[in-house]
Amino acid sequence: MTVQVVISGMGSVSALGIGAEALFKGLCAGTSGLGRITRFDPGGFPVQIGGEVRDLNVKDYVPKSYRKSIKVMARDIELAVAAAKSAVEDAGLLTRGSGEDLTDDQLTYRPERMGCNIGAGLIAAETDEMSAAMTTARNESGGFSYRAWGGEGGRGMEALTPLWLLKYLPNMLACHVTIIHGAEGPSNTITCSEASGLLTLGESMRIIERGAADMCFSGSVESKLNPMGLLRLDFADRLAHLTTVPEGQTVVSPYDPNTRGGVLGEGGGIVILENAQTAAKRNAKVYAEAVGFGGSHSDARYSAGENDEGFGYAIENALEDAGITPEQVDLIVPMASGVPELDRPELGALRRTFGARLASIPLVTIQPNVGNCVAGAGGLQVVVGAMCLHTQTIPARIHAGRAASGIDAGPSPSRSAKLEYALLCSGSLGGQNAAVVLKARR
Amino acid sequence: MSHRIVITGTGWITPLGSDVDAVWSKLLAGASGVGRVTRFDAGTFKTNFAAEVRDFRLADFLGERAAAHEQAGLSTKFALAAASRAFKEAGLDALAASGKFKGRRFGMYLGAGEGTLDFDNYAEANLAGWNNALDEGRGAYDPVAWAKKAYERMTPVREIEQEPQMTLAHVATAFGCRGPSSNCMTACAASTQAVGEAVEILRRGDADVMFAGGAHTMIHPLGMTGFIRLTAMSQRRDDPVHAPRPFDRTRDGFVMGEGAGMVVLETLDHALARGATPLCEVVGYGSTADAFRITDIQPEGRGAQGAMLEACRQAGINPREPGPDGRPQVHYISAHGTGTKENDRIETKAVKGVFGPMASRVPFSSVKSMLGHLIQAAGAVELITCVQAIKTGFLPPTMNLNTPDPECDLDHIPNQARDCRAQGGVEVCLSNSFGFGGQNDTVCVRKWRG
Repeated sequence: MTVQVVISGMGSVSALGIGAEALFKGLCAGTSGLGRITRFDPGGFPVQIGGEVRDLNVKDYVPKSYRKSIKVMARDIELAVAAAKSAVEDAGLLTRGSGEDLTDDQLTYRPERMGCNIGAGLIAAETDEMSAAMTTARNESGGFSYRAWGGEGGRGMEALTPLWLLKYLPNMLACHVTIIHGAEGPSNTITCSEASGLLTLGESMRIIERGAADMCFSGSVESKLNPMGLLRLDFADRLAHLTTVPEGQTVVSPYDPNTRGGVLGEGGGIVILENAQTAAKRNAKVYAEAVGFGGSHSDARYSAGENDEGFGYAIENALEDAGITPEQVDLIVPMASGVPELDRPELGALRRTFGARLASIPLVTIQPNVGNCVAGAGGLQVVVGAMCLHTQTIPARIHAGRAASGIDAGPSPSRSAKLEYALLCSGSLGGQNAAVVLKARR
Repeated sequence: MSHRIVITGTGWITPLGSDVDAVWSKLLAGASGVGRVTRFDAGTFKTNFAAEVRDFRLADFLGERAAAHEQAGLSTKFALAAASRAFKEAGLDALAASGKFKGRRFGMYLGAGEGTLDFDNYAEANLAGWNNALDEGRGAYDPVAWAKKAYERMTPVREIEQEPQMTLAHVATAFGCRGPSSNCMTACAASTQAVGEAVEILRRGDADVMFAGGAHTMIHPLGMTGFIRLTAMSQRRDDPVHAPRPFDRTRDGFVMGEGAGMVVLETLDHALARGATPLCEVVGYGSTADAFRITDIQPEGRGAQGAMLEACRQAGINPREPGPDGRPQVHYISAHGTGTKENDRIETKAVKGVFGPMASRVPFSSVKSMLGHLIQAAGAVELITCVQAIKTGFLPPTMNLNTPDPECDLDHIPNQARDCRAQGGVEVCLSNSFGFGGQNDTVCVRKWRG
């Protein structure tokens, strides 16, 4: 009695808009959401471009009775709350978050059988808030005074709102979603930078397979588009030092030996992962089936480059778990970040797994359009991979340079294709790797 | 067919020391790890005390290999040290020396916290980022000035080492783990959840061996600030040693601790095949969400009950019925027991809900009264106390429990450790961990009988 696990609803937020449809439409049209950073003045940074989520008002995604909680939501949480709501609506679920008048017997799922796993990043405290608070705690020479911060001679730390800490705990993405929608099953927050989303999907699959839940919110979201986040990503050598990007174009060039680096995005994807039986019972639409998952670890920061072995273990484990051979893979949705540190082990692993056939397997790229959403990247990969299988479409690719030879990664228009299996894979800053196999459902 | 999972090694770094047996003796003696904060000048902070790890040197654990991790954050170093002890106790060092060690089948699941903020330089950047002249003299934040100072003062290594997954990276490097690896951050529940999810990975056969546990320190200015603002910590500044007082009517919050707890989990088949001795078996894991409020626990402890019930169910235990020997079927519950008003009251209620008529007979204590609250590392450290309880037949006390609280009226083992050997020892334990936002995790361990 193996349990089949399917994706029955999808939500996403990214520079291409809100909702899975907006993301996929944008990709198919070859749209770039990159531009100059507007969330704060990036003039002091060597990196001044990003992929921002625009026109998102979190009020539109929470019940009226929950609006007062918005003040304890960091940007990451707001984006997750929006993505989760859009997944719930897409899945056709009635949750506690669907309407104020809804009683629990009208819900279309059992709260104790609904899990919530949302991968996240380390959320940096907003520096404007911290600056304003710390400036009240200066010593005579203008520097920071611990004693004043503790409250000697002024307000010090009391300038921060009492609930300040709760805005920034990484598990608060999932916690707010569990509360808004009523998800009382297992809930987790995996924090492995870029690999978080696929690790989370894998864990959610296992939870449903072993019967610990009927369905789960599953995905990942992050926004490092703030001064501290931008600094950290730049320190990690992830970002191209550019101050402008021409309207509608990209600067990201995955697997290009002459790449200038990546671009910081914000957002991610959250799907409803569900036992195929409960999905069938409620006549849910099904985007794809999740059939394989594998994880592994490499050297921190992939010191072996293309020869790194760990990355390939995750892919092999996922294919084996799915019970398929590399020959059966029709499509790959990799990180494709245009950052040498991540491109090298990824491409090395793909070359070894697929051999010469890699040249004829389309690589779907996302980061040239929306940037690197870090922990959110994997959530986007899941949404895009499932959408490709569901619509039997390979989206367009934009590319700012020249991809390495022997791979299908250069600029191309969108086209329809017969697709059965998609492989999703990711590494991370720490060397954690994850891979997922999705299968088309007809 | 699901594998049976055993613990074959344990290691911890705590405010009472780092040797598992030595710290255990101190816990049974009711020792306290609490004192004034020494890491920075917390003199004016409403809570100016904590349970710090003292005299810690990574080289004492890794020898020359410690140099490779010199730039790691403090909590990562705690994790490496705890892992080295667990690795050794499990006999994995011998396996590695024999060349039979398969890194690809050796995974990790940690609930490691974020690293320590580079606070002084961070503060400098934030002060530079405030411009009094802006906003018509009211002052405003200027990100351009902030960035200039931040690039001048902060360094890539210190920033990167704060990423929570870097603990995994260092442990993987030090011990050759190439199997499935995750890090979770579910606040105070994290390392119990990490152990539980590691067990699930092993049960399914996706790895043979896993490191599981957690590491954390929030004894830094911003960590202390966050909890002071939440009024979650004790403010008993005149008497820090007696400040953590779980289940006592006069309790006024938790006391911050720091450290790491690490266990080696292994499929029974793998452990026996290599001749390892299981310390105990992990027989149950339950995980739930309150889905109630960000700031409050569900008043009936619904989620906590769900986690305990599921852990018991997997262990084949009916918590409301006595066992064949007439004793409760669970012999000890390691409480989350933070010493906050709300947690201890509701956790007690939840235990009553799960154990019904048996509740008053199940010993239920909190070592946070001695170690403080190790936040993300708490669950793993407390799990190791359960392993020690099973091994020795003794139960650790709840210290500073002098004024009974009618709402916390279970058997909290007040102030004096208990010798259970004459009653048949300690065979089955639950370890509870609950996190902000309503995360609940319980693991159940049982004595291993060969």
